[in-house]
Amino acid sequence: MGLEESTFRDVVCTVCGCCCDHLEVTVKEDTVVKVKNACAMSTSKLLNYMNERIMKPMIRRRGRLSGCSYRDAVDAAAKILLKSRSPLLYGWSLTSCEAVEVGVELAEEVGGFIDNTTSTCHGPTILGVHEIGESSSTLGEVRHRADLIIYWGCNPIHAHPLHMSRYTLLSKGRFRKSRSERTLIVVDVRRTDTAKMADMFIQVEPNKDYELISALRAAVRGDEIEQDEVGGVPTDLIEEVAEMLISCDFGALFFGLGLTMSPGKSENVDAALSLVRDLNSKTKFVIIPMRGHFNVNGANNVMTWMTGYPYAIDFTRGFPYYNPGETSAVDLLARGECDSALIVASDPVSNFPYKATCNLTSIPLITIDPHITPTVLCSDVVFPSALVGIETSGTVYRMDGVPLVARKLVEPPRNIRSDIEILRDILRRYRNLKRLGR
Amino acid sequence: MPKIQVTLLTGRSLGQGRAKEQGKLSELYLESVACCEVQHEDLQNIGLEYGNNIRVTSNHGSVVVKVVAPTQPLPRGVVFMPYSIWATQILGSDTEGTGMPTYKCIPCTVEPAIDEKIMSIEELTKKFPRKRSRS
Repeated sequence: MGLEESTFRDVVCTVCGCCCDHLEVTVKEDTVVKVKNACAMSTSKLLNYMNERIMKPMIRRRGRLSGCSYRDAVDAAAKILLKSRSPLLYGWSLTSCEAVEVGVELAEEVGGFIDNTTSTCHGPTILGVHEIGESSSTLGEVRHRADLIIYWGCNPIHAHPLHMSRYTLLSKGRFRKSRSERTLIVVDVRRTDTAKMADMFIQVEPNKDYELISALRAAVRGDEIEQDEVGGVPTDLIEEVAEMLISCDFGALFFGLGLTMSPGKSENVDAALSLVRDLNSKTKFVIIPMRGHFNVNGANNVMTWMTGYPYAIDFTRGFPYYNPGETSAVDLLARGECDSALIVASDPVSNFPYKATCNLTSIPLITIDPHITPTVLCSDVVFPSALVGIETSGTVYRMDGVPLVARKLVEPPRNIRSDIEILRDILRRYRNLKRLGR
Repeated sequence: MPKIQVTLLTGRSLGQGRAKEQGKLSELYLESVACCEVQHEDLQNIGLEYGNNIRVTSNHGSVVVKVVAPTQPLPRGVVFMPYSIWATQILGSDTEGTGMPTYKCIPCTVEPAIDEKIMSIEELTKKFPRKRSRS
């Protein structure tokens, strides 16, 4: 980390849920100068992480954000939380498990809601798993054994660019060594770039996934399908696919937001989990959600260890309560139930629907983020933070639940602290103010 | 004014994923996400060319973006917008009891908006209300 050029090997990427751990990053004078083995998104992040950085804490005064001391920002944040009856603590998927741990402690202390970005990505997946359970495995198992891969409602070439080369179709496993030993089926509304690589592409009509999965379940059971087509897919083809699924040795179904974000949501996932459960009476099959952010799975795990629930947790009653649809961030904001918010490593102003965002910008807003984002522009108190996996280390969970350590590669800019330090300082100040009765 | 009924999908694109890492205030990010992919025949129905501005309207709002050619083929009547603050302007907040808003399969209309301007991130963030007193 000095003036000499040094290369870090087996670096864990902190972009998507693949958490690829084979990157080579060359650093000189505390700057990343070269990146090898990374995808386009990861390379872009590692070479541009200093773009649009926030370099000092800020407080909104007379309608404008202006620089302030770190101490003043901590004091202002603690006072906002102290005045609130139902604050929302949201984000947590682009930071470390250790920061999430402090976040849960803070949420309990302030008696607020804590939710992570799961509620707007794979929340319905978790609801489906509550109902059905999941037959899962690590990505290593898939790499070594899977002879049939399905991507349903996901497009890894764009969203998880190295998923196919590291874990599925193009990977070299112990028992499946080449592309010719694997079959790829893609189900999507669009003929995506992933679909172009498939042995079989099934184009389903928009919002007909549930019907198609149900028909496939019927075909796997050996039941007759009376319709000529389901969801735009001919019955003959559905029966052919069912035969392919039954006759494989080790099948892996990966699914994305095509199932969770379309009407039906958790019911679509419920159907996919049920299909895989059914298939396990005939052969070996696993199902793995394509998690988006690099530590969204870690946020679920830490919150589950600490509260019993993976996201959308309500501490306003004095004990953890969980009911997605009621205690999840978008619902709380749409109903106008929160009176302040602390956003950590997330950009809900860009990602939440308009009405929920209007209510978010109407309440006192504290944001901890390395970069300038629309959420930062709408905030009242802003803390610049160090990037996990580049400027600070931390534990992250890959999409299949394997924990990995994201390392520190360079020093953060002067006076830029980690999420953990900032959250601990806010918690400490909050406790002091509360004890003093202010 | 010609107008077509479409089904909107929002989603990740590699261009969006790469551009957001370069900064959300960057020109590249604006180019990558303030857009809507429309199939060629659908575009001809409203008499437009790629590069023109269009207005996409749902039951929840309306936004002006640039119309671009699909990077991956779309069925007729289906349009695609990358995840961004432009796309979320027209999404509803109802989660049907799941916590998850509907980001895909949204009924919308698309119409020409050649003379209308695409709002910048700064302009969009100023649109949001600030009701309560600030610290």
